[in-house]
Amino acid sequence: MDPIFLKVLIGTTLLASSAAVVGAFSYLKGQSLVGDAIAHALLPGVVLAFLLGDGRNPIFLIVGALVSGLIAHYGIGYIQSRTKLKSDTAVSLVLSTFFGFGIMLMSLIQRSGQGQQAGLERYLLGKAAAITMDDVYIFSALAVLLMVGVGLFYKGFQLMTFNEDFASAIGLPVTFIRFTFTVLTVLAITIGIQTVGVVLMAALLITPSAAARAWTKSLPTMLLLAAVFAASSAITGTYISSAIPKMPTGPWVVLVLAFFGFGSLIFAPEKGWLAKRRRAMANQKKTVRENVLKLMYQQEERSDLNVVLSDTDILDIRAMRPEKLRNALRDLKRRLLVVEHGSGYALTELGRSEGRRVVRLHRLWELYLTERLGMAADHIHPGAETMEHVITPEIEELLVKELGNPELDPHQSPIPYEEA
Amino acid sequence: MTMVGDAISHAVLPGIAIAYWLSQSRASLWMFLGAAIVGVGATIVIEVLRKKLRVQSDASIGMTFTSLFALGVVLITYWSDSVDLDQECVLYGEIAYVPFNLWLVDGVSYGPIALWSSGALLLVVLLYIIVGYKGLKMTSFNEDYAAVLGIAAGLWNLSLMSMVSLATVVSFESVGAILVVALLVAPAATAYLFIQRLKPLLIASASLGLVGALGGYGLSKVLETSIAGSIATVLGALFLIALIIHSLSARKTNGYAVEA
Repeated sequence: MDPIFLKVLIGTTLLASSAAVVGAFSYLKGQSLVGDAIAHALLPGVVLAFLLGDGRNPIFLIVGALVSGLIAHYGIGYIQSRTKLKSDTAVSLVLSTFFGFGIMLMSLIQRSGQGQQAGLERYLLGKAAAITMDDVYIFSALAVLLMVGVGLFYKGFQLMTFNEDFASAIGLPVTFIRFTFTVLTVLAITIGIQTVGVVLMAALLITPSAAARAWTKSLPTMLLLAAVFAASSAITGTYISSAIPKMPTGPWVVLVLAFFGFGSLIFAPEKGWLAKRRRAMANQKKTVRENVLKLMYQQEERSDLNVVLSDTDILDIRAMRPEKLRNALRDLKRRLLVVEHGSGYALTELGRSEGRRVVRLHRLWELYLTERLGMAADHIHPGAETMEHVITPEIEELLVKELGNPELDPHQSPIPYEEA
Repeated sequence: MTMVGDAISHAVLPGIAIAYWLSQSRASLWMFLGAAIVGVGATIVIEVLRKKLRVQSDASIGMTFTSLFALGVVLITYWSDSVDLDQECVLYGEIAYVPFNLWLVDGVSYGPIALWSSGALLLVVLLYIIVGYKGLKMTSFNEDYAAVLGIAAGLWNLSLMSMVSLATVVSFESVGAILVVALLVAPAATAYLFIQRLKPLLIASASLGLVGALGGYGLSKVLETSIAGSIATVLGALFLIALIIHSLSARKTNGYAVEA
């Protein structure tokens, strides 16, 4: 394999997975964009380090970036805690003014024509293709440092992320832990920015976590998944950019990451958009079915007879979309809750008991709202329309007990129990 | 809300690239159209991620704009033969070149294009604020209350975001996508430390913006530095001074009761 390609590949992979791991903690804290701000705010530090010292020494620039990033981080924290400004105002304020200051300093260099700005340009646009062997060593060292740091401070980071008050209550050195975390984050950004540039750094921090979070709730699994997503994006992105001429690596890595990110958010089981939609649809269908059974039961209750209703009859009593009703009736027939009878439908014994249950829950809930919560009898119907589809048998039992086996609802209709 | 502005200013890149590629011209109208479409689209994606998919709000902003920006860079690189745009121009435009980009009609010069577009922007923004004052005020302070009053909060948010992308795109050539954020946020944030009423706040931020722009321009003349960078620096310095005064006075009055 081409040694340059290999260097870029190893470099971006290490970088992306390190950034993903620190990014996961910021993600869970809901502070992902602080990383974006820090990425921009590094610039003045880098330029000053360049002006004051040897511009070609990468370590020197990294130290400058680190100092600048830390100042920005604590500046954001200070503004957030001491003023009434919203927290994202603090973030964007620090981001843009630091960056502007950096640009101003940079134009000083350009004017004085010191040349050798390649080291600086990397901090703006990122140059994955320019990764050298030295960079690979630095990235590996950083990756190891991050892994060790996260390993050593795992408990601390976890508590800091989820419950800072608790962490300090049990005597953890919260300030120190937070400082360590900040240093690690700023380091990851300092290095990452040289590969993907200022703007896209945020993607390396945020997107892997957003993707991983769609699949799991457990923190260790999430960290691992985020790192895996990041690493595979880095590999795929590097490969694509090397296969197509002139293509930049950073943006391709980010595009592949976006593919994983949006893909996970759409397709992940349980938390994904499709799964949620499916659940919502199923719920909606169940509600329509139960409403039809309830309606038929109420008609029987009124006429004391087994009634046969056609779809137009049903639509006359309760307005709904005709095709929804047709689907519901088909489902009900398949579940043996109704049978077709001439041109209409009649309840089966099973369907009758199901309709009775829905009516019972509706009336029990109305009674509960008036008796226990003191609501007026003419205000309770809409709430009960929802709750009748939600109440579980366990809650039903508690309701019956709480209300003392009531006979009548607030509108003096009987509460229909199952005959023993 | 301010980070959404920042995000949109980056997210519009593919819109600009596609508009440029389709129209083969640098006319602001096309670029604006492309940017506006993508900008509004990005706003919608961010909202869907946040509300429907329960992604952390920071993260939904972050992943949306970075993805679009990356797409923009890839498109620009891909069309680099026919699209004369680059990433640097987006990151930090140079206002010093503005006077060279003249509006020519039949060989007669009407002055720099950016002057006209910025002037038009100023008028549009003023008009928007005057017409939409009440709706904007309600939605900015209390979205739920606004909804109860029958004000379409979603529509106002969307229109506000469209104004932000309009301002961004127009400012693009002159100050770049990141520094425009300094212009959007810093004056208002500085004024907000001391003023909370909306009307005085609007006037104070506009004045601070003016002071920052003039001061920054002066600074850049003296130091011969980037104009946009200098303006952002001055705005940042103004905020820093205000923050120090604010912190000192808060301490003196034993402050948190005052702040709360």
